[in-house]
Amino acid sequence: MSDSNENGKALFDAGVKDYSAAGRYYYDIGFKPTETQVLAAFRITPQEGVSFEEAAAAVAAESSFSTWTTVWSDYLVDAARYSARTYEMKPVPGHKDQMMAYIAYPLDLFEEGSMPNLMSSIVGNVFGFKPLRALRLEDIYFPPALLTTFQGPPHGIQVERDKLDKYGRPLLGATMKPKLGLSARNYGRLVYEALRGGLDFTKDDENITSQPFMRWRDRFEFVMAAVKQAEAETGERKGHYLNVTAGDMEEMYRRAELAKELGSRIIMVDYLVAGFTAFASLSKWCRANGMLLHAHRAMHSVMDRQQNHGVHWRVLAKWCRIVGADHLHNGTVVGKLEGDRASTIGINEMMRATDVAKKETCAGHHFDQPWLSMPAMFPVASGGIHVWHIPELVSIFGDDAILQFGGGTVGHPWGSAAGATANRVALEAVIQARNEGRDLHTEGTDILKSAAKHSGELRAAMETWKDITFEYESVDALEKS
Amino acid sequence: MKTETFSYLPTFTREQVEKQIQYFLNNSWVVGIEYTSQPNPSLVFWDWWRLPLFNMKSVGEIMAEVDACKAANPDCYIRITSYDHVRQSQVMGFVVHRV
Repeated sequence: MSDSNENGKALFDAGVKDYSAAGRYYYDIGFKPTETQVLAAFRITPQEGVSFEEAAAAVAAESSFSTWTTVWSDYLVDAARYSARTYEMKPVPGHKDQMMAYIAYPLDLFEEGSMPNLMSSIVGNVFGFKPLRALRLEDIYFPPALLTTFQGPPHGIQVERDKLDKYGRPLLGATMKPKLGLSARNYGRLVYEALRGGLDFTKDDENITSQPFMRWRDRFEFVMAAVKQAEAETGERKGHYLNVTAGDMEEMYRRAELAKELGSRIIMVDYLVAGFTAFASLSKWCRANGMLLHAHRAMHSVMDRQQNHGVHWRVLAKWCRIVGADHLHNGTVVGKLEGDRASTIGINEMMRATDVAKKETCAGHHFDQPWLSMPAMFPVASGGIHVWHIPELVSIFGDDAILQFGGGTVGHPWGSAAGATANRVALEAVIQARNEGRDLHTEGTDILKSAAKHSGELRAAMETWKDITFEYESVDALEKS
Repeated sequence: MKTETFSYLPTFTREQVEKQIQYFLNNSWVVGIEYTSQPNPSLVFWDWWRLPLFNMKSVGEIMAEVDACKAANPDCYIRITSYDHVRQSQVMGFVVHRV
């Protein structure tokens, strides 16, 4: 091969160019995104000496089609068509070292119906990019052209209510405790007690799969015996989220199939640790098999807790709805787990919006998200909540939510059937009062106290947890602008 | 039988039932009445008492239908339901008469 390129006129501009240089498209303030483009809001913290323009342009470039240096093959691609563009920059109140960069991505950069593909670009290598001290994806907008290539929740809120015959109130659940170590038969007993006491659902913990002390098949069989017995006894439909999360997809299907065969109405997956590919497959299986899907968010705090770096929870939650679960854990606002109040409420609204989730009503969101006819997800409030929280939880969440009292059920001094009854009585009394026009903020305590007059279970629960609150500053509160 | 919303509270008085119906009407929901002699978790459709009461906008009219249903079916469970045409489905259900 004759290599004569070392002599004569340079055939392309080799070397490193600023991402924001004139003639490139990555920093294009004033550009108007088209209606098919994906939009992303990034919180950018550049390294010392790197300008905001260059940092934002670098994010656009590295999350679309560019690399660090000019390559000859760039000249074979239409850069105007494939470049992501930073079209707007906004200051971040209270943080002089940060800016919010809004970037538009051409639809052609993404494969239809593949969340992993979109994630590999938008939250891929760019997050380790050296000119950035930190980078956080704050929100993402899916244009209808891309949104409708995804399935969404297998059933959604309204179909679930119809399947369960439960209307006009939040649903009640509990996670079985202790998390690990119970035998299958003892575990089934725990489920039975909680369901016969008045809960709608019980739940596997996220780290229960098939350990030596309780193999999955034994658990499924005893749990379903418990569900059926509680249904026969109360006359009411019930469910238990059987966690099918496993080490490989084939095993997940095997477990899901047995759950269906045993008559379960619902299964559960840890959607982030299973990964979006496995999650999408399971979601489609649920749609095809008429099974509800409960998503637990284990591992989310690894990605979403730091304010300056990672992926905001609202994005992980939006991806969950798009790929498709019927339930998703969100914060409680009042319990033991992290979650800024306004932000949590905004995410609830995004998860449940039927037509468009507007940023004005979804605190913290940067974009209006049209949902078209994609089904809505039940937000699940779980962690450190008990009967005293019910008036506030109903006023925050409304009817379309699942309130899960784990310790608040199993920790009742008379046992979990009594704990379940206490929660159900309190919830129904609060719904009755709200419908009668009473104010849950000012009258919540009175409502609970008068309900406790006809329920010893509720009286005992109120006495047990009368002084328990969890009040710390949130690590990730919304900025006050 | 602990089926449907409010089944863990003491049976509602007439006035308490009326307040709930008023709430449904305030939400522009259509109220319906259903009955069955044998409720169980697998029974989806109870018998309708007439049609949903599309044109009835007052608590008094609706309570008169509940009374008529009860008189005609003394040995049945009776529940009040609501429909929301925007959500395209049932949105409420609670038992007002137990056997």
